[in-house]
Amino acid sequence: MYELTNVTKKYDQGKRSVTALNKVTLSIPDGQMVAIQGPTGGGKSTLLQMLGALDRPSEGTVQLGSSDLSKLGQGPLGEIRAREVGFVFQGFNLIPTLTAQENVETALAPLGVSTPDRTSRAAAALESVGLGERGSHLPAELSGGQQQRVAIARALVKEPAVLLADEPTGNLDEQTRDEIMDLLEGLWRAKGLTLIVVTHDSAVARRAQRRLVIRNGVVREVA
Amino acid sequence: MFVTYLRRELAGRRKQTAIVAIGMALAIALVIIVNAVSSGVQLAQSTVLASVYGVGTDITVSQTPAAPTEGEAGTGGPQNFDFGADAGATTDGTTTVSQSRLSVDRGTTAFDAIALDTASGIDNVSAAAATLSLSNTTFDGALPERSTTDTGTAPTGDDAAVGGTPPSGGPDGAGGSSFSVDSFTVLGLDPADDAVGPLSAVSLTDGRSLESADAGTNVAVLDASYATTAELVVGDTVAIAGTDFTVVGLVTASSADAATASNVYIPLDVAQALSGLTDQVTDIYVQAASSTDIEQIQADVEGALPDATVQTQSDLASSVSGSLSSASDLVKNLGLWLSLIVLAAAFLIAILFTISGVTRRTREFGTLKAIGWSNGRIVRQVAGESLVQGLIGGVVGIAVGLAGILVINLVAPTLTAGAATADPASALGGPGGGFGQATVEAATSDIVLQVPVTLSVILIAVGLAVLGGLLAGAIGGWRASRLSPSEALRSIA
Repeated sequence: MYELTNVTKKYDQGKRSVTALNKVTLSIPDGQMVAIQGPTGGGKSTLLQMLGALDRPSEGTVQLGSSDLSKLGQGPLGEIRAREVGFVFQGFNLIPTLTAQENVETALAPLGVSTPDRTSRAAAALESVGLGERGSHLPAELSGGQQQRVAIARALVKEPAVLLADEPTGNLDEQTRDEIMDLLEGLWRAKGLTLIVVTHDSAVARRAQRRLVIRNGVVREVA
Repeated sequence: MFVTYLRRELAGRRKQTAIVAIGMALAIALVIIVNAVSSGVQLAQSTVLASVYGVGTDITVSQTPAAPTEGEAGTGGPQNFDFGADAGATTDGTTTVSQSRLSVDRGTTAFDAIALDTASGIDNVSAAAATLSLSNTTFDGALPERSTTDTGTAPTGDDAAVGGTPPSGGPDGAGGSSFSVDSFTVLGLDPADDAVGPLSAVSLTDGRSLESADAGTNVAVLDASYATTAELVVGDTVAIAGTDFTVVGLVTASSADAATASNVYIPLDVAQALSGLTDQVTDIYVQAASSTDIEQIQADVEGALPDATVQTQSDLASSVSGSLSSASDLVKNLGLWLSLIVLAAAFLIAILFTISGVTRRTREFGTLKAIGWSNGRIVRQVAGESLVQGLIGGVVGIAVGLAGILVINLVAPTLTAGAATADPASALGGPGGGFGQATVEAATSDIVLQVPVTLSVILIAVGLAVLGGLLAGAIGGWRASRLSPSEALRSIA
């Protein structure tokens, strides 16, 4: 469960200070699927970074379960990212020199999982996204949709409590978009994840239980 | 994961890996070759020095001749061979005269042999030996009988009209004269002591060396090259200062290419008696118990013998001249700087490529941090990649370096080397007298340069490869660790 209280995030741009999030107070229960929409530069990605323990707020608190992310150092934040949060990016962000199987295994490396266990769990994750036969392929040998499936397998192989997806279908055609969203939705239901999707696409946002719009750093619920 | 990722990165970025490895390989190969050639040149210098000063000699002690004070004649000057009115033997109108002289070389000064006891008594001296370096000069002349050349009375009468009696006698029968001068070096040494000093570095080719029982006897050991030119063999006699010595052995330098320190070796006491230098020596050879004691012994000898010139092997190495000296200078100056510059360039290339790689992989490292990789894990990964690149360069560099050494050894360049005498006064032209030319070079040799491959050279190469890799990896890793995951991902966006 996320509890954000008066979260403000400011960036210094030269002599100017830009407020990306402005006193955001928000609660997201476990297992909820949330879509975050809004214009470019409105603060979507910054909010996702706060939720994903990638950054700390300038003011306010971000509570994930029993951990106050706003007060943790880089080391503990890294551990939370390693164990509890899965990321899916718009550009897939796969390591180009590693195979699909090895890319999935990178998510288990910080957890100290043994090599045989790591291999079998990564293979099972790839199987769950329909790429059981593609484990030995390099990212460049896969289509965009397949690469995003590998990225989803990488995010889910460690069985996180939260899955954060930043424009997961932004680089995909409509048919592939629907396939990926079907996959994400299916996994969300099957695993009981908290799924938070940042998207420009209203068709994607309509699939969520709850929709938020963020504009000029201020979050608003969509009925 | 570490090994898999490292292997994939190096294989996937072959061009970068190859450039870094080649740069490192060239630098390491150059360092190996320069280092090995330097060792080869040092070995060659040691060979030259050993042939002159003996194996195991760490320090030599000699004495600089004192400059004559104003109004006082020098102790040297031209040698005179004086013959009295009745000198020589006359046969068939020709008078033959001969005189032989054994004296200290020009520029060399004899000093009291008690200095040997002083040097031997210094702490950490394991052995010491004294020698008397001499030059034997023989004057032979044949001239017309004096009575036939006497023209004390003026020609008269018919004699004056025809120009007098034509000259006769002499070696050509027409009143002419003939003179010859022969000179060779003689070294007096203690026959009982062969552990240190010039004879410690020689090999016996015929007969025997000097022995303790030879003290006081007229026996000589000859340098084999000199014996060949003088047409002498074991059992023959050689005249020194008018005294016949039996040749008991022939010696040659341990290195086939070098000459020994002197033409003739005789017992020290005999050399002292014949030259009139009783209890005098010209050089003392000192062996230190350990190489770490050399500086202390040098200082102690200088303190105990204030008039002495004390030189260590490193001082003596500077006296080696010829193309060997040029090679030594080339290695020390150009080779050293060239290898340092190439090494610095290789390190710089490795560092710049690593930093460039980290910058190019910002998204990669940002993603890895986002999924929980710690800074330490990412630094290890970057450093590991650089280290392996450095090691690949090291292995290739060692192979290239060894190949270069093999080529040098196959070509086997010949260097000429001259070892100046330990006494610097000889080079300056001291006031001492001598009939022959000043003995500036005791031995001139042709040395075939052989470049050794030592474990230390290989270890240095591996060390440099590791150092270069770690340096590049540490700087690249530091850059990667400073990447904030959110900023890294935002910069991509």
